[in-house]
Amino acid sequence: MKYVLIPLLPLIAFAINILFGRKYIKDKAHWVSVPAVIMSFILAVGAFMDVKAGKVININLYDWIVSGNFNVTIGFLIDRLTVVMLLVVTSISSLIFIYSVGYMRGDKGYYRFFAYLSLFVFSMLILVMANNFLLLYFGWEAVGLCSYFLIGFWFDRKSAANAGKKAFVVNRFGDFGFGLGIILIFLTFGSLEYLQVFPGAHSIVGQTLNIFGHEVDTITVICLLLFCGAVGKSAQIPLHVWLPDAMEGPTPVSALIHAATMVTAGVFMVARCNPLFVLSPVAMNTVAVVGGVTAIFAATIALVQNDIKRVIAYSTVSQLGYMFLALGMGAFSAAIFHLYTHAYFKALLFLASGSVIHALHHAKHDDEQNMQKMGGLRKYMPITYLVFILATLSITGIPGLAGFFSKDEILWRAYMGGNLGKFLWFLGTTAALLTAFYSWRLIYMTFHGKFRGTQESERHLRESSPVITVPLMFLAVGAVAAGWVGIPPLFMEHGDRIGAFLAPVLGHSEGHGTHAEEFMVLGASIAVALGGWFIAHRMYIKRPELPQKIMDKFQPVHRLLFNKYWVDELYDKTIVQPLLKGSEKVILGIVDAKIIEGVVNGVPALIGAFSRRLRRIQTGIFSYYGLVMALGALIIIGTMIFLK
Amino acid sequence: MVPLSWYIVLSAIVFSIGMFGFLVRRNLIIIFLSIELMLNAVNISLVAFSHYLQSINGQILVFFVITVAAAEAAIGLAILIAFYRNKPTVEADEINLLKG
Repeated sequence: MKYVLIPLLPLIAFAINILFGRKYIKDKAHWVSVPAVIMSFILAVGAFMDVKAGKVININLYDWIVSGNFNVTIGFLIDRLTVVMLLVVTSISSLIFIYSVGYMRGDKGYYRFFAYLSLFVFSMLILVMANNFLLLYFGWEAVGLCSYFLIGFWFDRKSAANAGKKAFVVNRFGDFGFGLGIILIFLTFGSLEYLQVFPGAHSIVGQTLNIFGHEVDTITVICLLLFCGAVGKSAQIPLHVWLPDAMEGPTPVSALIHAATMVTAGVFMVARCNPLFVLSPVAMNTVAVVGGVTAIFAATIALVQNDIKRVIAYSTVSQLGYMFLALGMGAFSAAIFHLYTHAYFKALLFLASGSVIHALHHAKHDDEQNMQKMGGLRKYMPITYLVFILATLSITGIPGLAGFFSKDEILWRAYMGGNLGKFLWFLGTTAALLTAFYSWRLIYMTFHGKFRGTQESERHLRESSPVITVPLMFLAVGAVAAGWVGIPPLFMEHGDRIGAFLAPVLGHSEGHGTHAEEFMVLGASIAVALGGWFIAHRMYIKRPELPQKIMDKFQPVHRLLFNKYWVDELYDKTIVQPLLKGSEKVILGIVDAKIIEGVVNGVPALIGAFSRRLRRIQTGIFSYYGLVMALGALIIIGTMIFLK
Repeated sequence: MVPLSWYIVLSAIVFSIGMFGFLVRRNLIIIFLSIELMLNAVNISLVAFSHYLQSINGQILVFFVITVAAAEAAIGLAILIAFYRNKPTVEADEINLLKG
């Protein structure tokens, strides 16, 4: 079974690097990890060929837990959805690994970086290949763990260590619900295997569950709990706060988290569980609304951020919102399609911004991520500039590029989804306008105008080395061409190849709309894409003094957006601080001081008191012992004589 | 012919003297001698029974007891001398370093 090697190779690379990296491999760690992940990619292509030929691979390798009627195996299910994910994960990861060779060169944790990176990819592959919910959960948690390692990779920086912790803790909130959902699935279906749960889903429609005296639909509860996990992992409102902070990690990690591993897990999971979700309109609507609101919410924040990676991070949150919007509208394949195109252009955006940061870092620029200190870089970094432009054209939805096809597909599906759908379409289109604006703002602030750093740094600005720029070029090809597998039927008969490919797993999302409406939606998308571009051009190129003016005029709005709606502060006040205070009182004051210390000090005190009494008999007087011995002998002899 | 009971009585008397000495005397050397007395009282009864039962087993056991007694006396006296070098006394009550 050669496909077992797909997740196994990165795991082996991890083991080798973590065990021998520190002493022996050191700065050659990439010779272990990069070939492993590239081999995984080649095997994934093989799997894709097999599945395309009509095979569905479902194998159980090992009985993991056998206890009564609770049976869990370690097994893989490779179907059409899985192979798409496999291709996305392994191809993006391969490029990111190669890029990391250049980006992380000379870092003292080089071997550690590649070890964790490999483990990250392994976890994600397990997550997408699992054939039961528990193994999915394993991958899910392992991905969270790796994100903690990698976000806090430079743990000697306090902000990085904190960001790692934050990501882990926030994810825990979502995972708690996810765990409950899995338990409920087992209680309801008596199994955790996909192929036993999904076909049986129809039979529990209408079944209810008593929660605190309220009768609620079981399947809705299951779906909402599962979605809880997706909200945490895919950074949707209200658990989006960890993702922008995750920027503290090295840039390749950001790219990996945002494009290939981690955040797409939530989208994948909901798509995987589509047989459950379609049975619960309530859950579907919740998914759609959360997605739509997140899309616009995150886009508004991105408008005013000055940290280059933060803008892209909020852009990811916003794009994930689109994916959930599509999932909620029942357009599962559109969501996966967007996931797949997004992976390319978002990885490209991140790695290209990493290239910028890298160049500024080497030029001894002091504030290497602040866009206000950049400008004019296109002269020095033509390749980075070019790929950045391509990624931006793609994400903003300029016709012909990847992002256009997938985003348009989502908006069109939303438009057809009744009143709620129309509303979400409106949100999505508005968010697209904002996306276009902030993406171009980023380009203009970074690459156009004059360099705003010191002259000393300006002299040292250089294009990054080929090990960095070549992966960028590959990704740029993806960002341009990835969408060509999903051309809407409007332009090309049978053009939506990815939709057709995924249909056996995700179902056909049927729609009823006229060509006129479709053109209208399309036109609106293109109009907002160009409109956002135009506004950004006007504000940052034609009249550079304009942003400051607008900022002054709408001070409260700017403050609101710049401070990210004070969500962090809100959580700090309502959750973090009360928890800290409460823990200090209860955990430290009562549990630790009274109970634990009580036991720790009490047991020895008790033993001491007992021994103080007991040691009285140890008089040390020789003849006293003799007497006791003689008396003992007498008693034994006496009893032997008298009891005879 | 001396009857068996006399030997037993003699053995009991010697044993009691040894026991008494062991319990009341303070001088370690005397205590050792008392222990020897007790062991030899046992020897008397062993030989007596051996003769009475016409079995050699009891006499074999006597040799063991004598051997053990010799070893015990040798080790005991060695400990005593070692102790005497630390603390110039042979009084049992003075040996109380391990008193709780």
